[in-house]
Amino acid sequence: MKSNQSAIIKFLMATIVSALLAYAIGIYGNLPWWSFVISNFIVAIAIDQKPWKAFISGALGVGLLWLTLALMIDQQNGHLLSTKVANILPLKGSTTALIAITAFVGFILGGLSSLSGSYVRKAK
Amino acid sequence: MRILPFIASTLVTVGLITVLNVQLTIGKTQTPKLGYFLSPQHGFWKNAEKLGAGFDASIVAKDLKGNVDVYMDDRLVPHIYADNDEDAYFVQGFLHAKFRLWQMDFQTRVASGRLSEIAGADKLTIDRFFRRLGMVYGAEQTEKFINENNPVMKATVEAYTAGVNAYLKQLSPEDIPFEYKLMNYQPEEWSPKKTYLFLMFMSYDLTGRAAAADLQLTNTRDFLGYDLFDKLYTNQQDSLDPIIPKGTTFAEASLHPIQPAGADSVYLKKQTLNTAAQNTSASPEAPDKNNGSNNWAVSGSKTKSGRPILCSDPHLGLNLPSLWYEVQITTPTHSTYGASFPGSPAVIIGFNDSLAWGVTNAGRDVLDYYELKFKDSTQKEYWFNGSWQAASNRQEIIKVKDSADVVENIAMTHWGPAMFDTHYQNVQSMGRNLAVKWTGHNASTGVETFYKLNRAKNYDDYINAISLWKCPGQNFVFASKTGDIAIKQQGSFVARWDRQGDFIMPGVDSSYDWQGIIPNEENPMMKNPERGFVSSANQKSVDSTYPYYLGTASSFPLYRGISVNKRLAIMNQMTPMDMQGLQTDNYNVFAEVARPALNKFMDQTKLSPDAQRMVMEMNHWDLYNNANSKGTTVFKIIWDSVEYAVWGDEMAGSKLPLTKPEAFVLVDQMNRDSNFSVADDIRTKDKIETLKDQVQLGIEKATKKLLELEKDNKLAWASFKATSVNHLTKIPALSRLNLPIGGGVNIINATTENHGPSWRMVVHLTDEIEAYGLYPGGQSGNPGSPYYDTFVDYWAAGKYYRLLFLPKAKLITNERTKWRIQFKNA
Repeated sequence: MKSNQSAIIKFLMATIVSALLAYAIGIYGNLPWWSFVISNFIVAIAIDQKPWKAFISGALGVGLLWLTLALMIDQQNGHLLSTKVANILPLKGSTTALIAITAFVGFILGGLSSLSGSYVRKAK
Repeated sequence: MRILPFIASTLVTVGLITVLNVQLTIGKTQTPKLGYFLSPQHGFWKNAEKLGAGFDASIVAKDLKGNVDVYMDDRLVPHIYADNDEDAYFVQGFLHAKFRLWQMDFQTRVASGRLSEIAGADKLTIDRFFRRLGMVYGAEQTEKFINENNPVMKATVEAYTAGVNAYLKQLSPEDIPFEYKLMNYQPEEWSPKKTYLFLMFMSYDLTGRAAAADLQLTNTRDFLGYDLFDKLYTNQQDSLDPIIPKGTTFAEASLHPIQPAGADSVYLKKQTLNTAAQNTSASPEAPDKNNGSNNWAVSGSKTKSGRPILCSDPHLGLNLPSLWYEVQITTPTHSTYGASFPGSPAVIIGFNDSLAWGVTNAGRDVLDYYELKFKDSTQKEYWFNGSWQAASNRQEIIKVKDSADVVENIAMTHWGPAMFDTHYQNVQSMGRNLAVKWTGHNASTGVETFYKLNRAKNYDDYINAISLWKCPGQNFVFASKTGDIAIKQQGSFVARWDRQGDFIMPGVDSSYDWQGIIPNEENPMMKNPERGFVSSANQKSVDSTYPYYLGTASSFPLYRGISVNKRLAIMNQMTPMDMQGLQTDNYNVFAEVARPALNKFMDQTKLSPDAQRMVMEMNHWDLYNNANSKGTTVFKIIWDSVEYAVWGDEMAGSKLPLTKPEAFVLVDQMNRDSNFSVADDIRTKDKIETLKDQVQLGIEKATKKLLELEKDNKLAWASFKATSVNHLTKIPALSRLNLPIGGGVNIINATTENHGPSWRMVVHLTDEIEAYGLYPGGQSGNPGSPYYDTFVDYWAAGKYYRLLFLPKAKLITNERTKWRIQFKNA
């Protein structure tokens, strides 16, 4: 029970820290857009989890961050730009699809980078 | 460490990042770098502006001499109040960059042949064309001249440049305009040269059609033979109502251009016929034939208030972001409002607290080709006046994305750059070596004309300001609070003999050279005429008694001018609202002449039932090109079809695209005599067709097309015409398509498919100026801004905004003033 609880705390910690660091590093426009993979990688080394858990927390951390940011921006913008972009990209004008793809990119890269980090710690 | 899974997972991560970090090629287009583009902290999401967000800001700029206050009104028009002129232009540059950076950069890239650098080898044809035409060369001449001779303009353009660059300096990488992210390149520093390149582009847009037309006319003449050519492309316009009324006596000419001996056979080729055609590569689209405009001023004798009203609406390509950006500039020396060009300081079309001015294109021919004879393939020497002359070599290096640089070696001759040679040919150049001579190549202080107009106080200042203007030739209209109205056609105009420069000219000696530039005093002009108005709509400025040749009739649309003058002559007690009504007027004066001509030759009883129904639709039409009018569409399709029936056979068989004769040629013929020999279809040997036959045939053919349109529900004029305001990249999602607007070619409301009134302005010169205006765009160039296309629907509906032009104290308290941007020097 106790170990289960600490696993949940670890998972939440890893998710939240990944998200926070990804956001903080993203503020610096001079750094590449993918810089969060480095912070995720380090978080996954620092917070030891099973690989699949590390993947999920990294993925949720960045994925939810990107989802939230995109949703907020889009709402405040009245879908003006997202509608245009969803017509330029082959999405038939679906802003929902555009936001989903945005979140998915964050999700998959966030997950993979944390997964890599987790393997550094894991003994065979 | 679990090495294998680690390696696998890391490889997948790196691989995915790599894929998302490059531009992928799908079909013919390249995607943005998708990961970057979608990232909410780096990509396009950063350009999605918050609705209702304010624009208050405080900016520190060391280059400023004093402080500048900018108030933004509810339409996001900045009202700049500066302590001195240079600071005002600094801030204008800053604001242009803040709201229109990508567009300024893109337009100067087009002008300087640098599209390949960002878009790849696909754009090489366009880049090579502009390089070889001498666009960069011309901008360099102007830059050099201004730097050496004109300290005030130098300082003005430098202050503007510093403003643009001050904005760039504080711009974070994630905030660069949307299009950079989409097309994956970076903004770069502004420079005075870019301002001159932008102005070169305007010269090209308004006089560069000759670069295509002269070749096409030469080939058309060669194909048809001179006699038939002269019939179909006649310069005689029966119904011309020139800018300067017929019967005006012109001053004695100081220049007497003489046609060289032997020109009839050597140049006009009155004896030769039908040379063979051959083929080569494509060329960029020529500037729109309908690039033109309306402007007029009415004197107090014809207005309700007793004060003059001035109107100006330049017809240009309709684009987003718009070519225009509204601004008020107020300094101790002047206070001016109007439309400015992002890329250039000052107001281009507008008014100040004493007077107003506007421009239309003069349409005069100022670009010619001369055929060169090179000694050998090195193109280092060419034959001129009896000996081999050395040509200097100009190198233009075109950078190409993902590919090696392309080097253009251009021989510079007595005439100008050798645009076409063994290395560069287009569909129309037919293997010839051609040098281009163009007034656009000459150093020009055009920006000074606007600088001075912005500050002009009276008629003399206006004449003085425009006397500096060289290229592109314009009709400058003027009205002042003191009651003066005037119009003058001004530019560097070649003193031509009849048909000089319509075709490629021999370049082996100086006999075909320009024999002089017409002195400013001899340019057509008119001040305070008795009729109470002055106007221009790109028609010929003068009748045939003017001592110089203007250029081919195809450069001078005939009918809009007739409409404008007819209406202004009968209107009295005019108000600004009446003027708005006139600028948006859809009456088709061409159809007024052409419809009876069609009916004269038509036998309704012999038409098919469908054709009869269509003719009925046409004949019941009220002659207004209104958005929902079906008669307009029916008339247009029938007229085009009849024209094709008459000219098509003469044109058939040419491998080259030939110039279509102007519409007035056929109408004038139909009204003149019914035995028009060209009507005969020369392909039918056993039969001689008459105009009657061709009209019947044309109507029947048109009916087929009209029935299809009817089936698709596209017979209403606006749905047929489908006017759009296109983004500069032509991406539909960033454009406004299918606008519900009438008008068209020959109509005062000259709105065609993607061309038309690009800035409508009405200025009533009362003590406190009452001005109205708008352009089909928005003050922000950002597709993610609510101000991106703010004015488009209003514009399409023919409505106007009252322009806010006030001294600082009054503007601050005005209810339409919304935000303040403070500029401080420390």
